Amino acid sequence: MSNVTKTIVLASAVASAVAGLSTSAAAEGDVKCFGVSLAGANDCAAGPGTTCAGTSTVDYQGNAWTLVPAGTCETMELPAAADGMARMGSLEALDRDLPA
Amino acid sequence: MLDATQNPPLPARSGVGYKAQHYSDIMESPGPLGWLEIHAENYMGDGGRPLAQLRHLAERFPISVHGVGLSIGGEGDLDADHLARLKHLVSWLNPASFSEHLAWSTHDSHFFNDLLPLPYTPKTLDRVATHVQQVQETIGRQMLLENPSSYLAFAESTMSETDFLRELAQRTGCGLLLDVNNVFVSATNLKTSPQAYIDDFPLDAVGEIHLGGHDEDEDETGAPLLIDSHGKAVVDPVWALLDYTLAKSGPKPLLIEWDTDVPEWPVLADEIERADRALSLVMS
Amino acid sequence: MTVTQTAFKAAMLDPAAAVPTGIVNPDGAAASKRFDVYRNNVAVSLSDALEAAFPVVRKLLGDEFFRAMAGVFLRKHPPKSPLMMFYGDAMPQFLGRFEPTKKFGYLPDIAKVELAIRHAYHAADATSADAQAFGTLAPDALMGTKLRLAPATQTVTSDYPIHAIYRANTQTDAPKPVMQAEAVLITRAGFDPEIHHINAAAATCIEALMKGQSLGQAMAIADDTLDLGAVLGLLLAQGAVTEIY
Repeated sequence: MSNVTKTIVLASAVASAVAGLSTSAAAEGDVKCFGVSLAGANDCAAGPGTTCAGTSTVDYQGNAWTLVPAGTCETMELPAAADGMARMGSLEALDRDLPA
Repeated sequence: MLDATQNPPLPARSGVGYKAQHYSDIMESPGPLGWLEIHAENYMGDGGRPLAQLRHLAERFPISVHGVGLSIGGEGDLDADHLARLKHLVSWLNPASFSEHLAWSTHDSHFFNDLLPLPYTPKTLDRVATHVQQVQETIGRQMLLENPSSYLAFAESTMSETDFLRELAQRTGCGLLLDVNNVFVSATNLKTSPQAYIDDFPLDAVGEIHLGGHDEDEDETGAPLLIDSHGKAVVDPVWALLDYTLAKSGPKPLLIEWDTDVPEWPVLADEIERADRALSLVMS
Repeated sequence: MTVTQTAFKAAMLDPAAAVPTGIVNPDGAAASKRFDVYRNNVAVSLSDALEAAFPVVRKLLGDEFFRAMAGVFLRKHPPKSPLMMFYGDAMPQFLGRFEPTKKFGYLPDIAKVELAIRHAYHAADATSADAQAFGTLAPDALMGTKLRLAPATQTVTSDYPIHAIYRANTQTDAPKPVMQAEAVLITRAGFDPEIHHINAAAATCIEALMKGQSLGQAMAIADDTLDLGAVLGLLLAQGAVTEIY
């Protein structure tokens, strides 16, 4: 593209973007809802009891990991990284930094 | 230490720990709600709904900022970034009060999101006093420090918790936040008397009283082990301990804390009313 | 018999470790179950924070698997800041390397989307620019014009259909994802972040604008699948443009 052509392309893109806007301004946010604000909130409560997650350790190191994913990933039928899509760079990093 | 531009202190009324899901209830039907407490860390983002809500709430209610992440009892230095965020929050909000915990939660730059216990020794006292002074100098005001819930003891401790807190308040000029549920939980867990703790507590330094619910468990010997879960209503023995305390201290700002399994607003409003009734007994 | 915080921390994060000597019950005896209160508090509170932070990753992996994985994650990557609302920065990298999840190549990118949404939620407020200001610029000046974008604005680019996966796990009746590369744009017009499907060229263009490059530069850097009118229209409609200069 010549510079002139680029300018024309850009000008028409800008014109179409501006023309496509509805006249109403972006809605004022609703302060009432709490949305994702609950994600990871800090508080000063203690967890329940003494016997849950803290004491039954997840023994990944000792090959005691027997769980398999059982969520929606099982039904999506998308190719995996290693055998389907070529994701350059993801393979050589696999053995580093394994959870200890 | 107070300057003329600082908001007035918390009123001797009943407040509640703020939860975002109660925003509309609080704005539309606050009932006897006298003030609100927020957890500092949840308002350290750059903007968005949390800060917008807080601005609206602060126009209507006195606000207490209650930190849960400073790690004042930490062996290492205070987190300078976190102190700066706290200074920023306190500067723009100008709250009625700022408080934190006698505990540690960060070590080697890792934060554990829990209030971890301290041995009560002269060495710990020196360290905590230095940190309290640093916080007060940074934010330019007095802070309150809260007594913890204890589940265990340190063999190395040489001071009682009440002596530790009294000495700390004298040395630094800080005030104290007395959590009577924590007193009850600690006394039960450590087989001491909650009334004796109150008798020995420097009540003149108390700027705020906390109330909350706890869970009941047992240790391996079958001894009761109460856990400060903030997931239930305040139990009758803790209300009785509040009455015992207020009879000695006179009226103080009271706070209901409910952080897990948070109920609908009317349940909290009932707890606030009950706290108000306890206050009215000592109001002349 | 001093219990250092280093010793306390090590025993707290490793349930198999002995409780530090010097931690006692009221009778002066060792207090292992009492110490477990802290082990439990830390693991539960950090696991809860991760569940709240990554609802779509959790749905993809299932509750039980996610909870167990959180136990591994929190010990390998304890928070580096007391701000729990931002906990989990290391999750994309972790999911790509954790043996039981690494075969799901899209998981790291879904985690990046969930991180971006949380950052958008807490990003600084911004006032959007008047789009009509474009009308006052001569066509020749447009090539050198720059846009400042709202702090909440972010992009995530993937080899996988991340928008479709996100939608299929957050909306009822959403179509099943089909394999294709997708990118997303996250904006926040009011207080609620929104996620938009864009193509890789649009993401490249928007990232260039975010770096302060001009419209001409941002157009040149993207390939010819770029629909610049659509990109600008989306940014303007979402209030993501705060200054035209």
